[in-house]
Amino acid sequence: MEMIFDKSRPGRRCTRFSCADVPQAKAPDAKFLRRSACELPEVSELDVVRHFTNLSRLNFSVDTNFYPLGSCTMKYNPKFTEDLSRLEGFCRLHPILPQLKGGAARVQGALEVLYETECLLCEITGMDHFTLQPAAGAHGELTGVMLIAAYHRAKKRKRRYVIIPDSAHGTNPASAAIAGYEIINTPSNADGTMDLAALEEKLNDDVAAIMMTCPNTLGLFENQIDEIARLAHKVDALMYYDGANLNAILGHCRPGDLGFDVIHLNLHKTFSTPHGGGGPGAGPVGVKNKLEKFLPVSRVKKNHDGTFALDYNHPDSIGYLAHFYGNFLVILKAYAYILYLGREGLIRTARHAVLNANYVLARLKDHYDTAASRCMHECVLSAAPQTAHGVHALDIAKYLIDCGFHPPTIYFPLIVKEALMIEPTETESKETLDHFIDCMVRAACLAKENPEALKKAPLTTPVARLDETKAAREMNCASI
Amino acid sequence: MNIPDGLYFTKEHEWVKIEGATATAGITDYAQHALGDVTFVELPKKGQGVKQFQLMATIESVKAASDIYAPVSGMIAEANDTLNADPGLVNQDCYAKGWIAKINLADPQETKNLLDPAAYKAYVEGL
Repeated sequence: MEMIFDKSRPGRRCTRFSCADVPQAKAPDAKFLRRSACELPEVSELDVVRHFTNLSRLNFSVDTNFYPLGSCTMKYNPKFTEDLSRLEGFCRLHPILPQLKGGAARVQGALEVLYETECLLCEITGMDHFTLQPAAGAHGELTGVMLIAAYHRAKKRKRRYVIIPDSAHGTNPASAAIAGYEIINTPSNADGTMDLAALEEKLNDDVAAIMMTCPNTLGLFENQIDEIARLAHKVDALMYYDGANLNAILGHCRPGDLGFDVIHLNLHKTFSTPHGGGGPGAGPVGVKNKLEKFLPVSRVKKNHDGTFALDYNHPDSIGYLAHFYGNFLVILKAYAYILYLGREGLIRTARHAVLNANYVLARLKDHYDTAASRCMHECVLSAAPQTAHGVHALDIAKYLIDCGFHPPTIYFPLIVKEALMIEPTETESKETLDHFIDCMVRAACLAKENPEALKKAPLTTPVARLDETKAAREMNCASI
Repeated sequence: MNIPDGLYFTKEHEWVKIEGATATAGITDYAQHALGDVTFVELPKKGQGVKQFQLMATIESVKAASDIYAPVSGMIAEANDTLNADPGLVNQDCYAKGWIAKINLADPQETKNLLDPAAYKAYVEGL
């Protein structure tokens, strides 16, 4: 693929500037003048248009192809939410406006969206209050752990540990460590859920919280969750819910009812706002009443006369966590998505997501090892049988690129050897899933018959197999 | 699977070679294979004390970041600085050039807690 500089020809240009119609002035200081010529490509407008149009066609997105990235809920983003977020009354609002005298009166609609979104998320998750400020999932996690720390601090005790199962998302231990906690890992049992005996052994009154994902990263519902919550609350450790997998249980059960005290959601996963470079994220955090006073400011409140206002009067708040009110237009899209689907639609979302994942699992279980015979919204396969032929999960993932699919998550969760983690989401049709399954079956056959073909993949990309280590081993910090 | 004679092993897939009062430690062939291409090793510091089966170093590969535990207790006499420039040595030659650290052995009796090559082989085959 040519760089735009390769297309450069001396003298070729897009625009011709008109002659200066103001007097020329001398630069005040020669040190501000460049000494070497400015290196810009000399290209025509058509060159520029073709170059960037062709580059854009190399993008992979959920708008172009299936994106079965396990643990990351990459569902289609319906376009009507894009239209709504472009309404002038929303997208041209100045964020300072509600803080100016009389300004709140001019942004009642926006404040109502924030207030209503909080209410809807409370209803969906069974929590009592929400903050919409965190700008992404990991930011939400940090917010949540800071709220937990504030809770224990207010009780005048310093707790040192956060318990996290070995199947957790890598961001969980990172967030807890950044917030100042030491991490205790607990193993999974043979079923792939939390080992209760191991938890009891490690749980004591120096534990601040247990961070869990439910269903967990093996796609399994933690069926002892109420007992885990009971044990945690016995020593006043809080239960933290990582909302990455909420898609599986939407409308069927609520983390708040399962005993969780703090939750973060990824609006860009469950509530279908753009994801992975397609737009900013949003990681709202919900809490039970006992943690409300620690929530970040500002909060949106509803006055007795039905109007909305920003409220900064929360002396126990952990303070500001983000600019203004979070990524407002992302929150707006999620609000629209929730209202559009309604209660029945959200329930069907989870059903279809779980059905799709189980369909993939059932049709592939004879070709790959499986972590479990049934799953929730995602399934974990293992390419362990293929390693006998020298083929690894990585090779199968690369082959799927040639088939027109985004590779699934590989080598995660860490507790499964040669893991391939597939999350189809509810938005894919049976035809798409069948095509994907056929390609996965073909990969398993190729592993036996012609493993070299898999080792060479991908062949259809601008550059073939990338060196997985070069960037990490030979990091060139000068160019960052 | 390469499991050389003359070494002791842990269930966490570290190896250690005892020569007098010095123990040289690294990760096993099984471990480097499971990790895949190693991209970075966070080495222990010279003079740092380590305890048997406690955290000694961390290792990152294209798949994951993992902890390396000290196979024996003692003080770090030397860390393998060549891994900073060439972490791939752990993949290419895990029992020689890819060693992680040399430890001044505190208690030679601790080898009782380790596996010999035959026991380690049986352990790995059972995984």
